[in-house]
Amino acid sequence: MTFVNWLKRHFVVVAGLLTLAYLLLPNVIVTVFSFNNPKGRFNYTWQEFSTEAWKDPCGVSGLCASLSLSLHIALWATLGATLLGTMIAFALVRYRFRARGAVNSLIFLPMAMPEVVMAASLLTLFLNMGAQLGFWTVLIAHIMFCLSFVVVAVKARVMSMDPRLEQAAQDLYAGPFQTFVRVTLPIAAPGIAAGALLAFALSFDDFIITNFNAGSTVTFPMFVWGSAQRGTPVQINVIGTAMFVVAVLLVLVSMIVGNRRRRQKAL
Amino acid sequence: MKTTKDTTTAGNGGGDVRLTGISKTYGSFTAVHPLDLTVPQGSFFALLGASGCGKTTTLRMIAGLEEPTSGTVHLGDQDVTALPPYKRPVNTVFQSYALFPHLDIFENVAFGLRRRGIKSVKKQVEEMLELVQLGEQARKKPHQLSGGQQQRVAVARALINHPRVLLLDEPLGALDLKLRRQMQLELKRIQTEVGITFVHVTHDQEEAMTMADTVAVMNAGRVEQLGSPADLYENPRTTFVANFLGTSNFIEAEVDSASGDEIVLKAGGGKLVLPRARTSAPTATGGKVLVGVRPEKISLTHADDAGGIPEGRNRITGRIADSSFIGVSTQFVVDSPVCSDFEVYVQNIDRDARLVPGAEVVLHWNPAHTFGLDAAQDIDAGVETVEEEVA
Repeated sequence: MTFVNWLKRHFVVVAGLLTLAYLLLPNVIVTVFSFNNPKGRFNYTWQEFSTEAWKDPCGVSGLCASLSLSLHIALWATLGATLLGTMIAFALVRYRFRARGAVNSLIFLPMAMPEVVMAASLLTLFLNMGAQLGFWTVLIAHIMFCLSFVVVAVKARVMSMDPRLEQAAQDLYAGPFQTFVRVTLPIAAPGIAAGALLAFALSFDDFIITNFNAGSTVTFPMFVWGSAQRGTPVQINVIGTAMFVVAVLLVLVSMIVGNRRRRQKAL
Repeated sequence: MKTTKDTTTAGNGGGDVRLTGISKTYGSFTAVHPLDLTVPQGSFFALLGASGCGKTTTLRMIAGLEEPTSGTVHLGDQDVTALPPYKRPVNTVFQSYALFPHLDIFENVAFGLRRRGIKSVKKQVEEMLELVQLGEQARKKPHQLSGGQQQRVAVARALINHPRVLLLDEPLGALDLKLRRQMQLELKRIQTEVGITFVHVTHDQEEAMTMADTVAVMNAGRVEQLGSPADLYENPRTTFVANFLGTSNFIEAEVDSASGDEIVLKAGGGKLVLPRARTSAPTATGGKVLVGVRPEKISLTHADDAGGIPEGRNRITGRIADSSFIGVSTQFVVDSPVCSDFEVYVQNIDRDARLVPGAEVVLHWNPAHTFGLDAAQDIDAGVETVEEEVA
């Protein structure tokens, strides 16, 4: 009886912790197996603790080259998609033009299209145009599918922005450029940042569209997939864990900086 | 990209705001009909009207945030019609304050100075924050302040630029009643202190009357009447003004005879006298006139004492339909043959215990307190719009 009562009182906490565990367990597995020393080529069963892979993360040929390529593509895709997406979002919210409604819905189509179909169609398109498959075709494809997500994120922010703020800036002697730099951009920044992060994650992760359109270039997800056919090196887990740690650290740092700034303001 | 407003001409050009034939249409809808308006330098001017009457559009045309369809805007001798808002020596206090959420209070107030390329802003900003009693809050963000404090920041942010005209767009609309009263006095104090022309847009007639030297009552894109608060209240020229500013009683009457300064009218069975000077209606014999009188000008006497009413007063009879005790006064609604809901406010000096609902009474007042309006208009124009409207 006492246990039932205890459960009743703490049900929300227990459910929350279980869900969190469900979310994080795969990450824990990735991390744990990055310290494994597997027998044979597959890193699927725990053998013994080892820091071998951490000492030499680029020890597998082609891994670090693919990682660097993926990071490059992700950075450029983020930049391109964020720039274009932000401008589209502003245009859609601020201006009334012909076919605005149509553009508003069409912009979501890439999100709704099954990725495999999109990938195959893109390949058809590139081949018909006689394009050389590689870095550029992958980048073009990534900017294309990241765009919708950036538009959604930025649009939400711009829509909630009071147009009177910009009028107030103009009323206070700020010309159009100053108004944009001093008021519009800083207020829209959280939306733009969210869109950019989303674009980076999507681009870095993408496998299907990349696989169809990459030609002979190999991105990190393609490398992982390729090696999984023949055996999985521990270094893959090392890279995965490192990315996870970097992301967590970035979040922590931004939280600490934000808190400190707030405390300084309050003083 | 620095834009510097030309403030050197302030003073020699004067700070009069002159609107000449200014109008604004959106497609087929006319927000403001061509109007001429002069706001004298240093005055506290109120644009009063219900929502959608064109008062805010007029204000925004002065600010440059709205382009007039026709007409010109002059500040002193300078034609500013073609100037964008950031080149006009005019600042606005917006309805929702429009404080920059990403900047603290200090930077909000300093914004205008910085955009004009002024480097040392610290002293000025601190002085301005003192003026609006917010010196302690300089490093807080706008959302950390109360509504009244945000409102004062908005005023400070505009005033620090020493505009030739300060435009206020319903600045007190979002505050509760008590705070609004307090801010009315505060704004009036600041205006007296800095001597800048204030143009204040409001739908609250009490606010307009308390604060402004001159009030322009707007209705459906037109200025119905312009004058001092007392003048508008005592001598309304339309039923809209009569009803929008306070309460008015109207009796439909027919012109019986006009002699000298007085017009004699027939209403019901009785006669009413109206000073010619207070009539804005045509007064041909037999013509219809609306006779107006304010509720507080009327005396109420029980029918039994009717003999004691002095000669020469306008009088009508009726029965008390309702009475409510307000403390300083008692408000009666009297049912009369000439007008069904006659409102009468009686000061509680000597309360007559017989004046209860159902009692037969005589209403009487000094004919000089009567005003006459053209009968060809809606008696109820402007009624209750103040209560209905929530900005």
